[in-house]
Amino acid sequence: MRQMKVGAIGFLLGSLLLALSWAVRAEDEAPEQFVKRVSVEVLDSIKADKAMRNGDVNRVMALVDTRIMPNLDFVRMTASAVGPAWRQASPEQKTRLQEEFKILLTRTYSGALAQVGDQTVEVKPLRGSAEDKELVVRTEIRNGSEVVQMDYRLTKTPGQGPGWKIYNLNVMGVWLVDTYKTQFASEINAKGLDGLISSLSERNKSNAKK
Amino acid sequence: MNLRRLSVGLLVGLLLSGCATVQTPDERDPWESMNRSVFSFNEKLDRFILRPVATTYRDVVPNWTRKGVHNFFGNLGDVWSAVNNGLAARRQDTADSISRVFVNTTLGVLGIFDVATELKIERHKADFGTTLGRWGVKPGPYVVLPLLGPGTLREVAALPVDYSANLTNQFTEAATRDTLKVLNVVDTRATYLGASDTAEGAALDAYSFIRDAYLQRQRYIQYDGNPPEPEEPPYEEP
Repeated sequence: MRQMKVGAIGFLLGSLLLALSWAVRAEDEAPEQFVKRVSVEVLDSIKADKAMRNGDVNRVMALVDTRIMPNLDFVRMTASAVGPAWRQASPEQKTRLQEEFKILLTRTYSGALAQVGDQTVEVKPLRGSAEDKELVVRTEIRNGSEVVQMDYRLTKTPGQGPGWKIYNLNVMGVWLVDTYKTQFASEINAKGLDGLISSLSERNKSNAKK
Repeated sequence: MNLRRLSVGLLVGLLLSGCATVQTPDERDPWESMNRSVFSFNEKLDRFILRPVATTYRDVVPNWTRKGVHNFFGNLGDVWSAVNNGLAARRQDTADSISRVFVNTTLGVLGIFDVATELKIERHKADFGTTLGRWGVKPGPYVVLPLLGPGTLREVAALPVDYSANLTNQFTEAATRDTLKVLNVVDTRATYLGASDTAEGAALDAYSFIRDAYLQRQRYIQYDGNPPEPEEPPYEEP
């Protein structure tokens, strides 16, 4: 009798856990869907905003903060660009590095927004499995006859937001974060982490004047 | 003036001035210090001559004319791509390249209109450097060439072949040939006006930024868009 009770409770608990984990999983988007949705959302908001396309930095910053940043694992992106020195960075240095890196990327690519027109996004079939902790989603951005390949590296964040975050992106074969690794490393070697931070902020200031 | 002597002198000057110390050596770039001086020479040349000319070209010449020029050179390039895709025995790519040339030379009036793209015949760019790569020749060290910019030793070795096969050289009249060559350079530079501005703002060190992006892109082309993922140490939560 007692045995059975334990069994029943066990069964109940088990199914409860199962149901819970299922509920969590149900909220997570499929990775292809996640990439498609974010790309379309971003493209649509750019298309709808003429000021932004003409390079209004405040508008671009607003877009980055509301639509893009929530979908990025930006700590990881910065950490990976900075390399091994990241582990020695103080919390303040980490925050500063992220801030400056974000501004650098935003300012750099806001110039390209002027070219946004009738692009469509096509997500290619997934190679890995949606169960993977990390995977690559490949897309093609088409504008008439022009095709630009853009791939995204995702990491799983179960039960958190859509369940995925982007931590690197590839444009026509070049990984964004990786192109900063060497430059950051040589700054750090020469002038330390604070040197890198000040070089970044100087670069951002001079970009802002343009 | 002896142009040859001048260019040799220029090159020697470049090499001598290229004794900067290299801060973060990269095994793919053993000639970094020399490359850097060629790079800065190219940058100056670009800033004072090439970029202003290309910008004027973009601002003065109407869009449809520039497009026609661009398509014309693209069509000549497709001929060479067809040959190189053939050399690497890529059937589909060769067939596409040949169809592109046929369609664009006829329907596209000597290549001025890119009808093939409208018909969704894809372009598969390939030069002799690509072919050498497909035959298994390793890229070798990174090289920055005066005027021509980034490349690898393999690309440099392939240059004479690419150059002698360049269809603009087949025009017998010197004036036409030279005009076409200059136009080709200006057209290429004008195409990348936006991109080069981006690279300039993006980089702390433009040299290594361009080098790293170039080598990544080459690797990507080499593996037809599916390069094996480099081993990355597993990421730890900060």
